[in-house]
Amino acid sequence: MLAQVRRVAEKADAFVVSSEETSVQFETNRLKHIQSKQSSSVALRVVCQGRIGYAATTNLEDSPHLIDMAVAAARFGIPAKFELPVISTYPRITIFDSKVESVSIEEMIKLGEELICRLREHTPDLLCDAYISKDVHCVQILNSRGEQISYKQTIANLSVWANLIRSTDMLFVGDGESSCHPILNSDTVAKEVLQQLDLAKHRTQAPSGLLPVVFTPDGVASAFIPSLIAAFNGKMVLEGASPIGSKLGQKVFDEKLQLRDDPTIAYRPTSRPCDDEGTTSQRTPLIEQGVVTNFLYDLQTAALAHTQSTGNGHRGRSGLPAPSPSALVIAPGKVSLNEMVSDIKEGLVVEQLMGAEQGNILGGDFSGNVLLGYKIENGKIVGRVKDTMVSGNTYQLLKKVTAIGRDPKWVGGSLNLPPLCFSKVSVASK
Amino acid sequence: MTDIAAIGHNLSETLKKYPADYIEAHLEESQASHITYRGRELESVDQTTAIGGNVRALVKGGWGFVSFNNLDDLSNRVELAVKQARLVGREQSSFAQVAPIVDVLPVETHRNPTTIPLTEKKKQLDEYLDIIWHTPQIQTSTINYGDNQKKSVYLNSSGSYIEQARTDTALHLVVVATKGGEVQQSGFSLGSRGDFSLIQGLHQQVAETAQRAVALLSAPQVKGGEYTVVLDPILAGVFVHEAFGHLSESDFIYENERLRQIMTLGKEFGSTELNIIDTATIPELRGSYKYDDEGVPASKTYLIREGKLVGRLHSRETAAKMNEKPTGNARAINYRHPPIVRMTNTYIEPRSASFTDIIGDIEEGVYAKNWYGGTTSMEMFTFSAGEAYMIRHGKLAEMVRPVVLTGNVFTTLKNIDAIGNDLEMNQGGGCGKGAQSPLPVSNGSPHIRIRHCLVGGR
Repeated sequence: MLAQVRRVAEKADAFVVSSEETSVQFETNRLKHIQSKQSSSVALRVVCQGRIGYAATTNLEDSPHLIDMAVAAARFGIPAKFELPVISTYPRITIFDSKVESVSIEEMIKLGEELICRLREHTPDLLCDAYISKDVHCVQILNSRGEQISYKQTIANLSVWANLIRSTDMLFVGDGESSCHPILNSDTVAKEVLQQLDLAKHRTQAPSGLLPVVFTPDGVASAFIPSLIAAFNGKMVLEGASPIGSKLGQKVFDEKLQLRDDPTIAYRPTSRPCDDEGTTSQRTPLIEQGVVTNFLYDLQTAALAHTQSTGNGHRGRSGLPAPSPSALVIAPGKVSLNEMVSDIKEGLVVEQLMGAEQGNILGGDFSGNVLLGYKIENGKIVGRVKDTMVSGNTYQLLKKVTAIGRDPKWVGGSLNLPPLCFSKVSVASK
Repeated sequence: MTDIAAIGHNLSETLKKYPADYIEAHLEESQASHITYRGRELESVDQTTAIGGNVRALVKGGWGFVSFNNLDDLSNRVELAVKQARLVGREQSSFAQVAPIVDVLPVETHRNPTTIPLTEKKKQLDEYLDIIWHTPQIQTSTINYGDNQKKSVYLNSSGSYIEQARTDTALHLVVVATKGGEVQQSGFSLGSRGDFSLIQGLHQQVAETAQRAVALLSAPQVKGGEYTVVLDPILAGVFVHEAFGHLSESDFIYENERLRQIMTLGKEFGSTELNIIDTATIPELRGSYKYDDEGVPASKTYLIREGKLVGRLHSRETAAKMNEKPTGNARAINYRHPPIVRMTNTYIEPRSASFTDIIGDIEEGVYAKNWYGGTTSMEMFTFSAGEAYMIRHGKLAEMVRPVVLTGNVFTTLKNIDAIGNDLEMNQGGGCGKGAQSPLPVSNGSPHIRIRHCLVGGR
């Protein structure tokens, strides 16, 4: 196909993905679905008379039409400023484990049954939905410089979401894990969910006002991460829409805070040898000792900003590449969650904040309902709170972090976060 | 080009032969185009095509599902789906019977937005861009326009064969203003069933959006706490979708004994003024269709009538398990997913109050308009306004920063104490559930007033 494209375009690259995914799903404690999904797609980017055109299809045989569509789009496209990468040697990043492929459906079913059984031994009335999956996919990137790279990745997932209903009071708990290795037991997930159930056992009235709040890794993910992802996006910076865009090299955050993007961690689903444009994967420090050190770029955005791609060109399965983090990692601190809590006379622990990503994310504002959270009284967690809103601004709060937890956790597969504690956060409750 | 109708007809003959209680297949062919502007520049124009399908089998209450892009060897796909279902099935299948339907709906060629030349679409969007950039203090903006046309074939082992087509058009616009380190944004979303004219003539709305983003820079933030809140029709539509719509989707409750007890028909959720409806039968709305993805004709369902729970949304499985009639609400976002119970067009029926009546006796309150989003956990929900004003002494007062509101389904609906006479449907929304997002839906309401609503803030 690229040979045909070269006749009509100066530059081109193709991004080809094919995948096979199998999942086992439990609903209300019972096995309900087995699903297999085969999918394939090819995305073509061309540069014709200096302008970018783009098209994608799921039909791998239909390259003439694909080329026509991309060339037609190029008539309206923006001027291409980037050079396609010369593909050198890639770092060896291990993201494939053939053992994932050989996990049987029966084993996946057993894993789900075991997990649900353990949770219901603890709380018999619990209704669990569980999801166990394995995914093998191949990515191939080719460009008109004659370069080509392909890699294969395996991903295993286990997650559970459970509810407990007493009269009209509903409690939702849940957790998940993912890896490029097979997930052989449900210990990690079960432990986390059982702890949530224990902490949420008693209901208590939430306080209101400006209070100390501990955000667990999941809480950090819902409150702060959407703003940070927008702020470190090279495109937002280029447009002047990022509040930290003009602050490279300046101390904007608490000096304890370290944030990096890391697509190189072995056996993580977010790792890969190169990004979706063929740029070599690298670790990119974003915040070091509170100082803004880098933003995330793809090829075109980097060229417009007169800098280099950080290997964060992300394509999804359709659409032009755009800057996107791989895995965001906040470096852990020294304090345990218990120590954080024991220092607080009256405050909250926020585990899940619902709706926090729905406000002025760019400006850093967040405001959400505490879907799962606990009240702290005299250094101890005393029970679950409800009907409570927690609000704040990412930039104001991250300027002064009271403590950073020592035990980080993977959240949603792509965020490795420790708990964070703040001395004054706005809490409104009924 | 592959002919999905021919493939569908061939497959249709064979589905009865397999050892399953029920088998269905979907085949789908789609084309889409997108135009994106970032800042002053057109950022990208792209076109995509997709073809794919799935087979779903039910055996003894267990489901197997196989999706694919490659339409060769469909008999292997059917066999795999049946094999998977057999592995899962351990009880008796419950699946509401629906008389087989054979129907081929015409493709609406008269207004297919995918055939409008890109130059024409671009010209319209360029005018909006120009308005945005003539507003002082604008830092940047994004305009996303997309349209698509989808043809689908549905067939099942009871002999149904349905061809349907739909077109969809959506516009999403965000304007960002900055001053010092402050960043504020304002935007709107619109959609239509492929009618490009609804994307045209929005110059006034674009100008107001840009001016609002700038004005927000100097607006104060509301103090967090309980307020009497008045919602405009757009935000009230998001509210009814999140606060009650999702809880009426029966796949959340059909196997959950405790939820079934809470959601018994006749239970009181609101005042006698309150009627909530979901229907896919209103022409031209984005949530409308003739048949759902299980081959069931669309219907109009009262969810709440005079404050009481009177109905809910069903797939064929949830209807059978709950001994109720199927409502035709099983929908899949595309062939990669099995159909699940979804809303279509959901709204609060209008009553008699005028806007002046509604705000007239509010000493201090919040008027929340437009939307950023909303989400629910069944019991608790949040929804966020794109625009907000204080109400003081019965009159609209200063603009404040957009607010996030939260409520509890068992109390908040009862706190609605005024329902306006000005129903409007919002076509800009997309609904997410499970991994399936955004599904075209619409929702609407007249102005409503809610007492004791919790608002997040400083």
